[in-house]
Amino acid sequence: MKRNVAFPYFFIAPAVLLFAVFTIYPVLSSLLLSFQKSTGGELIFTGLANYQRLFGDDIFIKALKNTFLILIIQVPIMIFLALVLANALNRKLLKLKGFFRTSFFLPAVTSLVAYAVLFSIMMQDDGIFNTAIHMLGLDSIPWLSHPVWAKISMILAMTWRWTGYNMVIFLAALQNLSDDIYEAAALDGAGKWQQFFHITIPQLKPVILFSTILSTIGTLQLFDEPMNLTKGGPADSTMTLGLYIYQNGFEYFDFGYASAIAYVVVILVAVLSFLQFKVTGED
Amino acid sequence: MNVIEKVTLNNPHALPARVKSQKKKGFFRQSGVYLFLGLFAFISIFPFYWMIIGATNHSGKMFSSPPTLLPGKEFMVNLAHLNEAVRIGRVLFNSVFVSVLFVILALAISTAAAYVLAKFEFKGKKTIFTAFLLSMMIPGQATMIPLFKMMSDFHLLNTYFALIAPSLCFPFAIFLMRQNLMAFPTELMESARLDGASELRIFLSIVLPSMKPALAATAIFLFMSQWNNFMWPLVATTSSEMYTFPVAIASLMGVTSIDYGQVMMGVTIATIPMIIFFLALQRHFISGMLGSALK
Repeated sequence: MKRNVAFPYFFIAPAVLLFAVFTIYPVLSSLLLSFQKSTGGELIFTGLANYQRLFGDDIFIKALKNTFLILIIQVPIMIFLALVLANALNRKLLKLKGFFRTSFFLPAVTSLVAYAVLFSIMMQDDGIFNTAIHMLGLDSIPWLSHPVWAKISMILAMTWRWTGYNMVIFLAALQNLSDDIYEAAALDGAGKWQQFFHITIPQLKPVILFSTILSTIGTLQLFDEPMNLTKGGPADSTMTLGLYIYQNGFEYFDFGYASAIAYVVVILVAVLSFLQFKVTGED
Repeated sequence: MNVIEKVTLNNPHALPARVKSQKKKGFFRQSGVYLFLGLFAFISIFPFYWMIIGATNHSGKMFSSPPTLLPGKEFMVNLAHLNEAVRIGRVLFNSVFVSVLFVILALAISTAAAYVLAKFEFKGKKTIFTAFLLSMMIPGQATMIPLFKMMSDFHLLNTYFALIAPSLCFPFAIFLMRQNLMAFPTELMESARLDGASELRIFLSIVLPSMKPALAATAIFLFMSQWNNFMWPLVATTSSEMYTFPVAIASLMGVTSIDYGQVMMGVTIATIPMIIFFLALQRHFISGMLGSALK
C-alpha cells in the first residue's frame, strides 16, 4: 500500500514553526539576555554579573521568600480543603450535589484579574469584610495594609479561586474508585475520617501529585494576584518573583536582570517538579 | 453469636434503641455535612453577589455601614462611567475578537499536530513531542521579554497579531487532543485507505466528526486561557484602543481617584458571560479545563 510519507510533516509543520519562533527562540534569547547588560542602548556581555547581583538584592530575596511562603502554606491548605470537599460531595445520598459542585467551581471560571480586583475592593479597610467583622463586634483587620495580613489575604484569595478547580479533579478521581474497599473498611469498624486518611488519600496519590505540581508551577509564576490585589505591598511584603520580573523588565527596562530572575524561576520549576515526582512517586 | 443477637436475646428493647441512637448520630452528621458544604457554597458565591451589588450601586455604597445588600439603580450610570474611562464596547470587541480568532486557529493547529503525533510514525516525532511536553513547564515570564523585543522590532506591538500569535502553538491543547485521538480506532483509518481515500479526507471526514466532544472541551480551554490572559496583553498593548478585558480592568484601578462602581461594572461584564457560558456547557467546560486529569 502506498503511504503518503510527507503527510505527517505537513500536518505538524505549523505547530513546529510557531513553536520555534515563539517558544524556542525566546527561551534561548532570554538565556542569552540573562548574561547581558544594556548600556546606552547597546547590549554588552557581562558574564554572571546579573546572577551575582541577585544575592545582594534585598527585594529579590524578599520575593523569593514570599513566593515560597505562599507556596508552602497555600498549596497544602488548598489541596486538603479540596480533598475534604470532594470527599463530602462524593456521598451517594447527598442532595443538591449539582448545586454544590457548580458553586465551588464557579470561582475557577473567573479571570484572575477580575477576582483579584474584586477581593482588593472587599478587603479595603472599610470594605465589606471589615463591615461584617464590625457587625460581629470585632476589631477590623488591616487585610491589605499590614505586611503579615497582606500575605494572609493573598493566600485566602488564591484559595477561594483555586480550591473548586482542584476539588473537581479529585471528585472525578474519587468516582473511579470502587466502593468495595470502603465497605470492607466500614465492616472492620473504620470511621469516616479513618477511611479518608487511610483509603481516599493513598488511592488518590497520583492525582494529588498532579494537582500539587500544577499548583507549584502556578505559584512560582504568581503575577496577576500580587499585581492586582496588593501591588506587591505593603513594603514589598507580597512581592513575588513573577511581579519582580515584570517590574525589572517593563518598569525599569532592565531586560538582562529580569531575564536572570526568570531563569531562576525556570530552574525552580524544574527542580521542584522533579523533587515532587521523586518524593511522592517512590514509596 | 454476634453482638446484636446477644443483645436482642438478653433484652428485646435494646436493638431498637441502638438503631435509634445510630440514626440520631447519622442525622447530626448529615446536618454537619450540609452545614459545611453550605458554608463553602456561600463563600464561593458571595463575591459574585457583591460584584453585582457594586455594579448597580453608587461607588461609595460599597463601603457603607451597615452594608448595602440589595442591588441598586445605578447600573446605567456605572456603565456610562465605565464607557467614558475605557470605551467598553471596544474592549469587549477586542476580547471577543482575539479570543474567538485565537480559538479557531489554535484549535486547527493543535488538532492537526495532535493527530499525526497520535496516529503516525515519522522521523523526529519523539523529539517534537518531548519538546512540547517540556515547554509546558516554562513560565511565561521566561519568554515574555524576547517576545516583547521581537514584536517591538517588527513594529507589531498594539496589533491583534501580537496578542494572538505567540501562544498559537499551545502544547497543552496538543496534549489534550492527542489523548483523545489515540483512542480513535486505527482500523477505520486503514480501511478508508484501502478504499483509496486521501489522508486529508480521512482526517476531515472520518476522524474529526467523532472528536466533537474533545474539540469542544479543548476549544473552551483555549478560550478561557486567552480571555483571561493578563500578563502578555499588558506587555503587548500600550494603547487603550487595544486593551482586552483584564488589562482594561487593571487600568481602572491604577488611577488616583477610583470609581468603584465603574470598576465593579467592568468586573461584572468580564465575568457574567463566562458564568453563563459555563452554566450552559458545564460538562464540556469541566473536562476542557481539567484536561487530561479526567482521563
